[in-house]
Formats: sequence, C-alpha cells, structure tokens
Amino acid sequence: MSEKVLMKGNEAFGAAAIQAGCDLYFGYPITPQNELTEYMSRELGRAGGTFAQAESELAAINMAYGGACAGKKAMVSSASPGIALMQEGFSFIASAELPLVAVNVSRGGPGIGGIQPGQADYRQVTRGGGNGDYHIVVYAPYCIQEAVDLIIRAFDTAGRYRNPVIVLADGMMGQMMEPVVIPQIRRQSSASEIAAEKPWALTGSGGARDRNVVRSLWLDPQQLEDQNIRLDQKYQRMKQELPEYQSVDLEGAEIVFTAFGTVSRIASEAIRLLGQRGIRAGMIRPITLWPFPYHAFEQIDHSTTKLIVSAELSMGQMIEDVELAVKGRKPVRLIQRSGGMVFTPAELAARAEELLSQYQ
Amino acid sequence: MSTRKLILAGFGGQGVLLIGQIISYAAMYEEKHVTFLPSYGPEMRGGTANCTVIVSDDPIACPLADSVTDLMAMNLPSLLKFESAVVAGGNIFLNSSLIRESPRRSDVNVIPVDAAGLAEKIGNEKSSNIVMLGAIINKTAVVRYETVEKVLAEKIFTGAKAGLLAKNKPALTAWTE
Repeated sequence: MSEKVLMKGNEAFGAAAIQAGCDLYFGYPITPQNELTEYMSRELGRAGGTFAQAESELAAINMAYGGACAGKKAMVSSASPGIALMQEGFSFIASAELPLVAVNVSRGGPGIGGIQPGQADYRQVTRGGGNGDYHIVVYAPYCIQEAVDLIIRAFDTAGRYRNPVIVLADGMMGQMMEPVVIPQIRRQSSASEIAAEKPWALTGSGGARDRNVVRSLWLDPQQLEDQNIRLDQKYQRMKQELPEYQSVDLEGAEIVFTAFGTVSRIASEAIRLLGQRGIRAGMIRPITLWPFPYHAFEQIDHSTTKLIVSAELSMGQMIEDVELAVKGRKPVRLIQRSGGMVFTPAELAARAEELLSQYQ
Repeated sequence: MSTRKLILAGFGGQGVLLIGQIISYAAMYEEKHVTFLPSYGPEMRGGTANCTVIVSDDPIACPLADSVTDLMAMNLPSLLKFESAVVAGGNIFLNSSLIRESPRRSDVNVIPVDAAGLAEKIGNEKSSNIVMLGAIINKTAVVRYETVEKVLAEKIFTGAKAGLLAKNKPALTAWTE
C-alpha cells in the first residue's frame, strides 16, 4: 500500500531509507537536517533496525564503517560542516570497498557558516576531502519525491559497487513539505542471507572457511598500487554506467541553464518567465553530480544557443564541470547567490536576460 | 489553470506555520498540487515566522514565490515585510487585533480580521489563527471548509488534543464579511 502523504523533506528522507532496508543509522544533531535524525530515532527501531546517536560526526561515520563491515545496510546523515568532519571516514570506507549511504542536507559555508540552504558543498561531495584516489557517487534530487526515489536507489548503488553514495539535498528541501509517495518495500536481509549475498562481509566464519579481512591499510606499495588500479577500474565502470541528467527545452534555446537540486526548480520558473519575454531558454539538470553527465552537453543546440549559465548557491563550483563539458564551444557564465541567500525566479531570469544581452 | 500563492507570516508562536500545514494537508486531500516552504532557524525561538504555500491544479515547479495572491499578516513587521509581494488585485488578510496601521498599497483588497476579538467571542482565545484561516477560505476558496474540518480532525486535533476539535471548529466560520 503506497499512498500520498504530506511530509517534510527530512522525514521523507528517513522514511525512504527505512523502506530501502536500512539496518543501521548513526547521526549527530545539526541544522537543517535534525528532523531526519529525529525521525530515525523514532522509526528505525520500530522497523527492526538500530539507531544510535553518536557523540560526534567522526564517531557516527566510523560506527557506520563498522556496521558496513558486517554486511549491514548502514546510513549516516548530516549537514555541510558535519559532512566535512566525516571525510576521513568516507576515504576509509571507499578504500575498504564498503556500501554506505550518506544524506547531506547542505547549508551555507565555509566554516560553521550559517543554517540557510546552500550548494557550496559541491566540491566537498564530488571531489571529496578525504585522502587518496577515491570517488563517491553523488545523487542530487530536485524535489522530495525524487529524493525518496534516489535514496532507495542509493542503497542499491552502494551495494552493487561496494562504495559510499551521498544524496545531496539542501536546507530548503529538508525543511519544506510536499505530498509524496513512500513505496512500502522494506525488507531486511537475515544473517544467513547477508553471508550468502556478501561473501566479503565479516559475518563470522565459525571455523568453516578462511576468515574475511576488510582493510584499508596496504604497507606493500605494489599491493597498494594494484588495489588503486582495481578501484580505478571500478570508478571507470561507474563513469560509464551511472551518469544521469534531465534535459528541458534544449531545442532552439538561446540560453541553457545548468542547475541541480532546488535551484533547478527556480530555473524551471525562470525559463517560463523568460519565455513570456520572448526568450527561449532550456536547462540541463544533472541528477548525478559524480559521475557528472558531461555527455549531456552534446545535446545543446549549437545553432541557437548563445550562452550557458551555471546557476548555483555558491561562489561557483559546478561551473568547473560545466566548462569541462562545454569545452570552450560556448560562453559559460555564472549566476549565483551564497551564504544562505537564494535567488528568486524573477531575479534569476532578469540576470540571465542581462547576460544574454552581452552575447547578442 | 488555477494557482494560489500565499505567504502566511507572524510572530513565532502565533501558529502561522500550522495554518500553512493545514492548508497544505487540505490541498492534498483535494488532490491538488501543493508545496509548503517554511522559514526556519532562529524564528522558532521567537521573532518572525513565515511560510509560503502554493496550491495549484498543475504541478508546481518552484516552491519559492516572487509574488503572491494572498498575504496573511499576523503582526506589523509581517505586513511591512511582505505587503509589496502581493500582486495587484490580491488579498491582504490583516490581523486587526494587533495591527492598527493600514497597508500602503491601494491596489489590493485589504481584509481586516479582528482575530483575537472573534476568538474570544466564541470562547476560545487560542484560536485566532484558525479564525484567520476561516477568513482566507471564505474569501479565496483555496480549499474547502469541509476538507479543513477533516484535516483538523485527522491531522491536528488528534490523541490528547482530540478534545480541542469542538472548540476550534466554530473559529473556522467566526469571520464573515
């Protein structure tokens, strides 16, 4: 039974994780994602899982690391500076090739920053702050329903590639409410199922087989290089298999927005406003930020498009990927707010129109 | 296509976010599209609180609104902050129990509602916000009275608060033109 319910984003993220089969959740309070931690504290135990409030973000990510070693579906959530504290753990978990899902309800930075919505975690989540050659898959939903669907998929992707996956929301999406359908599909694997499905997991050998070892320490440089090559082959496969995007009205567009998450909703309305003024605008909305859907930009109508705009709630981070994708073929310009300030559709449309006038 | 965009604003504690949620639930019950976007942060500890609610027959692209069809101002700072956001011909629902000033706008409909006075008259002083909600429904038909009564019974006044339903229902229809 799946019916429409009115839910706050943060609560819907928790409900989705539970339906995805989350066994273990570890968190530490931080605005604007507290309702997610609160929801899990109330609901995960009832659903047969385990919730623990850690003493810090560092503890939370390492508890999840341990749970994932045992083959459990583990999850953490936090907001920007809290995710920064978890970076060491992400590197270790990627190195040890373990599945993990993290939700980042991002806010303004740098530093403690503020608590209003921001997208200045783009580099933090796509490039990572941990050491070494690793990547994290990043999904960037634009509405609460897509967030629910992508959180469910994130558990699947994390399990399939044995790699951390981050779902990047923002404070606006976490705090707002929309009707949403939460598919009722929860199923937890039993101990014997985990042992069968995840032969690498530390489920206890009982003396019946060689012990499993999960490691991120390789003191022999040749072994570490071999491991890095294996990891890289996996990342190359992910780059082939995972990029996702949505394109809107690219045909005949004079101006093409690139926007993810909440900003893509503002851009949708800005496209409508520009249309009223006789300007044809379109949009490329990356759904995966890593791997970035570079090939999406091949669909741009080069005969009509004069300008590509990266619209971001940061001082300009995604624009670097947009420039890599556009390869100098068209001008790429930034329209941004930061610090928790958010442009309205009219502001975005007006600034886009002004930029476009420079290329007529 | 019918779309109403509302800003509901007041002090923290006046129940403006609750009014936004009630309208949102009712819109969902009526199978309309709806988004509810609250202000969040220090407002919860006093100061101003507001939310933007969009109700539409069509999918809603953006939960943020540059301009709105309706403003509910529960206090003067809210009126001053948001009156310029109302479209010409839109409505300003004014809590005249607290706001003595008049809006500067002359191209909008101003609906003064003595929310506290009417709430007192029906014997439930705490229902000022529901009185305001009743006025909004009366003038805009953004959602139906019956649906809101259903929301109050099923989502708001439940459990230990179930006894408050009977005291709040009359507040919905306390205001008339």
